[in-house]
Amino acid sequence: MVTHIQSDFADALLDPGQPLPRGLTSHTAAIPARRFAVYRNNVVTSLVQALRTRFPAVDRLVGAEFFAGMARVFVSEHPPRSPLLMTYGDDFPDFIEGFAPAAELPYLADVARLEAARTRAYHAADEIPVDLARLQSLSPAALPGLRVTLHPSANIVRSTHPIVTIWAMNSGEVALAPIADWHAEDALVLRPEMDVEVRKLPPGGAAFIGALARDAPLAAAAEAGIAENSEFDLAANLAGLIGSGLVTAIHLAEPDQEHTP
Amino acid sequence: MRLSSTLPARTGVGFKPAHFREIVAAAQPLGFFEIHAENYMGAGGPPHAQLTALRERHALSVHGVGLSIGSPRPLDREHLRRLKILCDRYQPESFSEHLAWSSHGEVFYNDLLPLPYTDETLRSVADHIDEVQNALGREMLLENPSTYVQFSDSTIPEVMFLTEVAQRSGCGLLLDVNNVFVSAKNHGASATDYLAAFPLDRVKEIHLGGHDEQTDDAGAPLLIDAHGSPVADPVWALYAGVIARTGPLPTLIEWDNDVPGWPTLLNEAIAAQAILDLAARPAAA
Repeated sequence: MVTHIQSDFADALLDPGQPLPRGLTSHTAAIPARRFAVYRNNVVTSLVQALRTRFPAVDRLVGAEFFAGMARVFVSEHPPRSPLLMTYGDDFPDFIEGFAPAAELPYLADVARLEAARTRAYHAADEIPVDLARLQSLSPAALPGLRVTLHPSANIVRSTHPIVTIWAMNSGEVALAPIADWHAEDALVLRPEMDVEVRKLPPGGAAFIGALARDAPLAAAAEAGIAENSEFDLAANLAGLIGSGLVTAIHLAEPDQEHTP
Repeated sequence: MRLSSTLPARTGVGFKPAHFREIVAAAQPLGFFEIHAENYMGAGGPPHAQLTALRERHALSVHGVGLSIGSPRPLDREHLRRLKILCDRYQPESFSEHLAWSSHGEVFYNDLLPLPYTDETLRSVADHIDEVQNALGREMLLENPSTYVQFSDSTIPEVMFLTEVAQRSGCGLLLDVNNVFVSAKNHGASATDYLAAFPLDRVKEIHLGGHDEQTDDAGAPLLIDAHGSPVADPVWALYAGVIARTGPLPTLIEWDNDVPGWPTLLNEAIAAQAILDLAARPAAA
């Protein structure tokens, strides 16, 4: 019986079209619509706020009013499935991609993907990155067969739009300015220590890191980078790989030289 | 073996990351900090780094907002497991949750929703608390809710419901004095009568927070438990009345929305501490 009461209550929370749940009373009014509206408002407002907190650059790009409208539709169609609100909105970028009123901003979904990745990196497991000196100490002959473990906070977000530049301009990192050279940008989102960092990957970098993430040895990963973009620069990518704190362990091909820091 | 709730009988503050630097930069005249459990269930990062630093300096209360104790359905075992990991890691002096539900079916509503008080819900809430206490190996404190509607199916007054749940499950109670005031006002009842009937011997923590005022369908005042303003004067008066009866109890200032600067929050805690200090003094001859 109580299950029915809560089912009625729950159904009416996210759908203002639903009638008031049965069995509600108050000492002042037979139909406590405004009272029930407090719960509806708490649920929707708090979830919209959770999305606004997670997607501040999207909020800034579309404006507070548009964001609230878009988020309300998302909340009613995709309410949280977990009490861990830090994961709420993982599928908001996909929703934005299909949200017709936002179609004028074709880059919006990818900026949202970058912001979603930032939250994942924020809460990811802590690991200590490998020092650049460790790589420099290796014999050049060991490099082609070398495999690496990437930091658990690492996320790559690829886009056909300049999402790193757009994100930086809408998160207070750099000043807003017209983007004259509109080109594709891939983002590396990483939290080597306590601060989440967003970096623009060099040409072929996303394919290179993607291959390493799939446990490819360095030579094969470099080939993947070159295959994607002939401007791929292995030395620069390698320095960036270690310098950014992306690698937490280096594994040499020979089992007896296996090394983890 | 079940760990009892052992917060110091002083004032504490709900921890907000915005205050972290100021909190750890100096000794704080506070008995404890309280955190919302669900914010610390990620794998790592700044939340755990901050909580570790806080824990090294202060007593800790872990306050859950997502277990949905008042749901008629089985508890979320996965979530209970996450709570156990958190409590095992940080060994808080206290764990508390709400007399409310927040999940139904697959959906989490992110609000503390009301339940009818019947023999059936009494059994289910007591069973859920039993399960929580067994899983965590700790005493749980159950918090009285603020509510905006009532149910025609309810047959048990809230104070009796809480008393009975505590007796059956052996849990402690968390008395939120602002919730008492808000609910009493919203339901045309007397907060003083509610507190006169409340089983204060079971209370191991008190919450104080601010509320907003709206109006209901009939134009009557409808108070909202908003946690976005200072503690209201009538709530301070009710609190002083409780402490005069019980002596000092661990007391938390909750301020979750429109969070003020650290000095403002600390001043609220100092005001509560003054009431505790008054009760701790031996009565004049």
